[in-house]
Amino acid sequence: MLVAIPAYREEKSIGPVVAAIKRKFPYDVLVVNDGSPDGTSAAAKRAGAIVLDLPCNLGIGGAVQTAFLFARESGYDALVRIDGDGQHEIDDIPPVLEPILSGDADASIGSRFLGETEYRVSLPRIFGIRFFRVLVNLITGYRVTDPTSGFFAINRRLIEFYSFHYPSDYPEVDAYILMHRIGARTMEVPVRMHARAEGKSSITTFGALYYMVKVTFSFLINAIRRFG
Amino acid sequence: MSRVTFLSVCMSVALLFYILEMVRRRRLREEYSILWLCGSLVILILSVKREWLEGLSLAAGIAYPPSFLFLVGILFIILILIHFSIAISKLHQMNKKIAQELALMQQERSSPGGPAAAPDRDTPATDPGDALKQQG
Repeated sequence: MLVAIPAYREEKSIGPVVAAIKRKFPYDVLVVNDGSPDGTSAAAKRAGAIVLDLPCNLGIGGAVQTAFLFARESGYDALVRIDGDGQHEIDDIPPVLEPILSGDADASIGSRFLGETEYRVSLPRIFGIRFFRVLVNLITGYRVTDPTSGFFAINRRLIEFYSFHYPSDYPEVDAYILMHRIGARTMEVPVRMHARAEGKSSITTFGALYYMVKVTFSFLINAIRRFG
Repeated sequence: MSRVTFLSVCMSVALLFYILEMVRRRRLREEYSILWLCGSLVILILSVKREWLEGLSLAAGIAYPPSFLFLVGILFIILILIHFSIAISKLHQMNKKIAQELALMQQERSSPGGPAAAPDRDTPATDPGDALKQQG
């Protein structure tokens, strides 16, 4: 079991996150440092993580895919991906992992909107999430509540598939069509999310429109692409 | 439909399908195709909607509406070229850094105990200025 954390400029939050996981669970922790110029790498190593330092910034998808490659090469059967900024509740790792270990799903995705939630989202973000929910449901038939969630667990089959095919930026929504194309079984699990301890969202207001256009476009293209 | 309309509709539709097919086959990445697609869509729309083209060219002070299409085409080509120049510069920077990291790693591996292997490198070699250069 591998917990994978992509990190870019998170020297303040990465240490406590890694240390907390190490203290509570017997899992290996991998931090993929996406070319951060700050002390992210050193902080992660000090807290006991395996650290992969990318020599330059690949963006979130490229960093996460590096973790999939590592998991594939090292023979892990399951992988949980969480954020390094303290946004995801590490006590939710076992429930997210559970459907993978029991074999009930190929991918298990943590959702902020299932169950009781105190998570507040801004209006434009709600609009974006609604839009992607409909898009995912229309094309794949998957019923999802939180299509942009970056808190998920996958089994060996998806680790291997994603090692070859994973979007390089804004990968979460796109991942649904990839999973649909190979007939993966997905499941959502309620999770709690915190306001960020440090750092800011990778999505700026300026980039929001580009995000919508790019994700929608590559989603639709992936619907007619050949995989193999 | 005038001949010039027919010509520009044909060309923009052909370009649109060619770009889409290249993206589908992974010969062209999505992020590099978006400007091409926008450009050909705008030209297609203006070719079909003759009255929009006439309105726009009138507003821009262009007497012959179809030449407004050329202007739009050139504008998109300039945007695409700027986009490419930026992308190439970024790739150049990344390529240099990867080559340098690789050289350092090979040196560390071939001479254990050598000067480069002695201090425990626990932060990656990164230029502090990168914080400004790198975004996503």
